[in-house]
Amino acid sequence: MLAVTALIVVRTQNLFAVAMLTGIYSLLSATFFTLLDAVDVAFTEAAVGAGVSTVLMLGTLSLVGHRQKKQRTVQIVPLLIVTVTGLILMYGTLDIPPFGEADNPIHLHETTVHYLEESSHETGMPNVVTSVLASYRGYDTMGETTVIFTAMVGVLLLMSGRKKDGTGGADDGE
Amino acid sequence: MSALSFLNYWFVIILMMVGFYVLIAQGNLVKKIVGLNIFQTSVFILYISAGKITGGTAPILDTQWSVYSNPLPHVLILTAIVVGVATSALGLSLVVRIKEAYGTIEEDEIAQMDESL
Repeated sequence: MLAVTALIVVRTQNLFAVAMLTGIYSLLSATFFTLLDAVDVAFTEAAVGAGVSTVLMLGTLSLVGHRQKKQRTVQIVPLLIVTVTGLILMYGTLDIPPFGEADNPIHLHETTVHYLEESSHETGMPNVVTSVLASYRGYDTMGETTVIFTAMVGVLLLMSGRKKDGTGGADDGE
Repeated sequence: MSALSFLNYWFVIILMMVGFYVLIAQGNLVKKIVGLNIFQTSVFILYISAGKITGGTAPILDTQWSVYSNPLPHVLILTAIVVGVATSALGLSLVVRIKEAYGTIEEDEIAQMDESL
């Protein structure tokens, strides 16, 4: 279903429809994340991917118009490149450990084991994702906020240089 | 070692290639950013798939459960999602500026204008 939505996105010419489909796509991927036990990621994807990005995209479309120029139906060279790359990657997956096995190297690494066994009494937080995000990898999260800040400054700089004072406020980042 | 164990990864690759195709084949700049989003999501799914254990549960500690999915990829992807939105916001505002400078957001028209300068 996710793949079908993605394909429709490719085919649709009206950019408003594309924006709405992107929202649906994000929501579908959020349900997929829930199925894969990543509830925190699903929360974020639903709020940020389906919510904020759709708003940003609609804000942009209101400024740039929503008509896409007619395209030639299928372009051969890009399609060829994409197919070849995809096949190479599929060949590469044959070396990846099988999906969902408990003895995959990723689950046996000492950091994972430490997080799952010690985080409860080291941080007092039942949700391991939260304790890793806020405590063990706190600097990562601080770097992330720096990235968001930089992006926001960039967006504001770009939008403040505009000649006519339109509704640039739709794009003020996070 | 059945084909089923790779299905998830192949699905990721299909999504990734759809996004890649949009990026290189479509001329519209907004569409390109949507393609970038699709590409990003496929990478997220790849990471989350790696962290999944069949029969496990979400990594929220509880006495009823003993098998948890790996929390580390979840944390990394949480960061990546937010950074992804920051990049698309920046990209979209660049598109707005390009529209103002050139009057179009189609790549080939912009290239034509640049050549005729």
